[in-house]
Amino acid sequence: MIKLSNIEKTYDSPSGPVKALKRISLEIKRGEIYGIIGLSGAGKSTLIRCINMLERPTSGQVIVDSKDLTAMSEKELRTARKNIGMIFQHFNLLSSATVYDNIAFPLRLSGTGEEEIRKKVEPLLRLVGLSDKKDQYPAQLSGGQKQRVGIARALASDPKILLCDEATSALDPQTTKSILELIQDINRKLSLTVVVITHEMQVIKDICDKVAVIENGVIAEQGTVIEVFTNPQAAITKEFISVLLSNELPTAFQGSTISQEPVPGSYLLLRLVFLGESADNPVIAGMIRSCKIECTILFGNLDRISSTPFGRIIIGITGENAEIEKALEYLKNNDLKMEVIGYVKRHAAPLA
Amino acid sequence: MSSDMLPLLLKALGETVYMVAVSMVIATLLGIPLGVLLHITSKGQILESLSLNRVIGAIVNAIRSIPFIILMVAIIPFTRLLVGTSIGTTAAMVPLVIASIPFIGRQVETSLKEVPYGVVEAALSMGATPMQIIWRVLLPEAMPSITAQLTTVIIALVGESAMAGAIGGGGLGDLAIRYGYQRFRLDVMIATVVILIVLIQLVQFAGNTLARHLNKR
Ligand SMILES: Nc1ncnc2c1ncn2[C@@H]1O[C@H](COP(=O)(O)OP(=O)(O)OP(=O)(O)O)[C@@H](O)[C@H]1O
Ligand SMILES: [Mg+2]
Repeated sequence: MIKLSNIEKTYDSPSGPVKALKRISLEIKRGEIYGIIGLSGAGKSTLIRCINMLERPTSGQVIVDSKDLTAMSEKELRTARKNIGMIFQHFNLLSSATVYDNIAFPLRLSGTGEEEIRKKVEPLLRLVGLSDKKDQYPAQLSGGQKQRVGIARALASDPKILLCDEATSALDPQTTKSILELIQDINRKLSLTVVVITHEMQVIKDICDKVAVIENGVIAEQGTVIEVFTNPQAAITKEFISVLLSNELPTAFQGSTISQEPVPGSYLLLRLVFLGESADNPVIAGMIRSCKIECTILFGNLDRISSTPFGRIIIGITGENAEIEKALEYLKNNDLKMEVIGYVKRHAAPLA
Repeated sequence: MSSDMLPLLLKALGETVYMVAVSMVIATLLGIPLGVLLHITSKGQILESLSLNRVIGAIVNAIRSIPFIILMVAIIPFTRLLVGTSIGTTAAMVPLVIASIPFIGRQVETSLKEVPYGVVEAALSMGATPMQIIWRVLLPEAMPSITAQLTTVIIALVGESAMAGAIGGGGLGDLAIRYGYQRFRLDVMIATVVILIVLIQLVQFAGNTLARHLNKR
């Protein structure tokens, strides 16, 4: 559906040329939700803007729906763009137009008749759950509602592709979740190909099928989300994943001192990650049976990445040093990922 | 206050309103496209063309830097060419229009610059043409601000029209000088000043109300 080959983008700036993208190649299949993750300045926005040619690549080819956009005239491009919807971090709605008129905007651009527009806009209003707000102005809406208008507007011209540039970065976690669910829902209902740009691994984990990690204008790693999650190669990918996991450190521990040496009256905190099959194994029970330790589960979460079970728990263990060593050995020999967080004073962690 | 005054004042007010209104309409019709051109040819905008932008900008700045009273005298030959005479209310409108076009151009440019580029970009991503972006994005989005700016231009025009009156253009300024100043009619002087104050208050009030009504932010 989308094929980028050897995309380069160089900006001229007063302090010399900036190579924002270097030899980027990737392929996005029909119906996929493809995530692109990277730190600020990595080149994510530049990359997604190359897909609809808001930014002309310095060299390379952009093939969308088997048409080469880089070879098109401005006029041909304008037609091609109607096939590619886009939503933005800051929504970019017309402040002088109502919700209805914002959604109708792309249709008016193509000269669609008012009656036909109404037939198009009303179902879209229902799809994004804003039928009762159609006569309001964007200033009267919450961030999440504005993004829903943005989504409806992007869908009005029946595109085959939806580009999302940090579509949830200005929203709180709750609203982010509902917007991501809406995007996923649309992807399934309309079999739309979706490209999602983000700096949060959570977004990738929640809705994407494939992911490309971009660093300094280069793709550091790409693959299915489950592959990348279970077996990250690049340092940057590992960092994104660990940020996602450490966010889950129970609030009681956040801010308390974690030492790498045993302290009297402390737990040793371990983070265990189970994937796929291993999520079913009774590993903890086995550990308690074979070692003389006590184990408290402090945090647990089981969810799915593209329908593969993905469990994460944080446990605190206490016992003789030798027994703790034995327990660590036991865990290492099991089919799971283990990370030693460190020792934390027990009273620093009131069991919430 | 004598009985001869009222018809004089009414006539002068009528002339001022006529001069300002007609000049304003013509200057707006030409000034808004100028402002749009200044904006869209500037850096990073939809029809970026820095050389064109610099040339237009230089002309605008040149006209704006000439004090109105000098501009008025300097273009007398042009005025005569255009309307056949250099005195009278119609002749006075020529310099008023010429002085206001670049003023409006800059004001409109300022208003358009306040429209976030993201909205333009969204329209581009939907395949909008440059004309559609001007008519359906830039002008509607900037309209509250343009309205407020145009109010300022009308107020400036009232002041300039008084100056134009001094060289035979009629209107309140003319009245104030001929009667109030040259014939020592203090009552006429005070009455014109009061009328001008009221007129400007009304314009400002109407402009503010309209801008507020248009603003949906
Ligand atoms: N118009 C421009 N002119 C010059 N340099 C630019 C321009 N746009 C982007 N860049 C540079 O290109 C690089 C990539 O920018 P880009 O906006 O694509 O990053 P990003 O990954 O989207 O970052 P963020 O998460 O902050 O949005 C940056 O170094 C940026 O400074
Ligand atoms: Mg960006």
